[in-house]
Amino acid sequence: MDLISLRDLDKKTIESIISSAEEIDNGRKVDLKGKILATLFFEPSTRTKLSFQTAALRNSMGYIDFNPEGSSLKKGESFIDTIKVVSGYADVIALRHAEEGTARLAADATDIPVVNGGDGGNQHPTQTLIDLFSIKKTKGRIGGLNVTLLGDLKHARAMRSLLYGLGMFGADVTLIAPEGLAMEEDYVEQVRKKFDIKITLKKEPDYNTDVLYVCRIQEERFIDPYEAKRVTEKFKVKKEDLKGAKEDLVILHPLPKINEIDTRIDEMGQAKYFEQAHYGVPVRQAVLEYVLR
Amino acid sequence: MQVDNIEIGTVVDHIKAGQAPKVMRLLGIGDEYPHRVAVVMHVPSKKMKTKDIVKIEGKVVSKERANILALVAPEASVNIIKNGKVEEKYRVKLPEKIEGVGKCPNPKCISNTDARPKFEMEKKQYRCYYCERIFKTEELV
Repeated sequence: MDLISLRDLDKKTIESIISSAEEIDNGRKVDLKGKILATLFFEPSTRTKLSFQTAALRNSMGYIDFNPEGSSLKKGESFIDTIKVVSGYADVIALRHAEEGTARLAADATDIPVVNGGDGGNQHPTQTLIDLFSIKKTKGRIGGLNVTLLGDLKHARAMRSLLYGLGMFGADVTLIAPEGLAMEEDYVEQVRKKFDIKITLKKEPDYNTDVLYVCRIQEERFIDPYEAKRVTEKFKVKKEDLKGAKEDLVILHPLPKINEIDTRIDEMGQAKYFEQAHYGVPVRQAVLEYVLR
Repeated sequence: MQVDNIEIGTVVDHIKAGQAPKVMRLLGIGDEYPHRVAVVMHVPSKKMKTKDIVKIEGKVVSKERANILALVAPEASVNIIKNGKVEEKYRVKLPEKIEGVGKCPNPKCISNTDARPKFEMEKKQYRCYYCERIFKTEELV
């Protein structure tokens, strides 16, 4: 069983993974002793990689790690050959790559499960599971909530996956992006039609919402670094901006956050992004359990 | 203009005028192609005013392959010739799945470097199997 895209999962399966993660977070032990996870990250990562490795250890598994800089890729070994070789060493692969569709390609090349840890601007399904888990955990439900996604919605893969997940659970979604960084219209339309949900597009920030999900400007995906700098400097949620916000507002962020959230917000009870990062462990424990059983 | 009749082969007719080169590319007709090919372009047509025709001698193109031509010539008809007679005639129809033909327009898609292009039809458009983006038919060629 692979986990490549949120599109491969139905609502029932997602609910089951979220429910397993909840049990694990409440103390249930997962015993996958003897199994080995290979973390193959061709792009930088802190949370995704470390939480996958922590999840493996907490599931009584072992893990092996791969550094593309010190590997045979430098000698010209192909991506597919690398996957085939690693398949003989591990029982499951967690993969991140800059090119879109690599996780699908890897899954087709091997018999062991592949979990997509992010493929370019395409999908990041385990992040979405963490996001949905965090919303459920903090708000008690997902359906019927107004969730605002704010930031670079064009380049952030987590936002595409999340919009799909929110659609599946029937949330109302507001999309707010700086000029030129809106989510692809066709994609928004697909999600709107598929799940028949309300999606509102706005250009100016609006904090009257149940969940405010902020993501950073992905400077590394800009062609023009000066343009990236200009947008980044203009884009920031300040503590004062949240004065009229609901008391039970929940603020999430996939992290890393750079300058887009005022550090004074970190101290506010509404800021839940560090908890959200911690939820990465039980959710990925549940994902490893799902793909290996 | 006269083109010889053929004993066995495939005639792709009713190609929108000017699209014959794209049809040939989709059929893999290039420098090393082992069959004799006749191409006529911008000839008068009752139905289409003008049209292109591609005639391949000695090669019966499979229906699966011929249907891919609908990407560039949705009105094209295919005539399969055997013993000098039309044995089968059909209009091309967009296939549900496309493999190994076309190009994903997403420059970041792995199918442009390490994988064969693969698309699946979704609501009269095509979804790339790898990057999952949806494209209009004409964007794939």
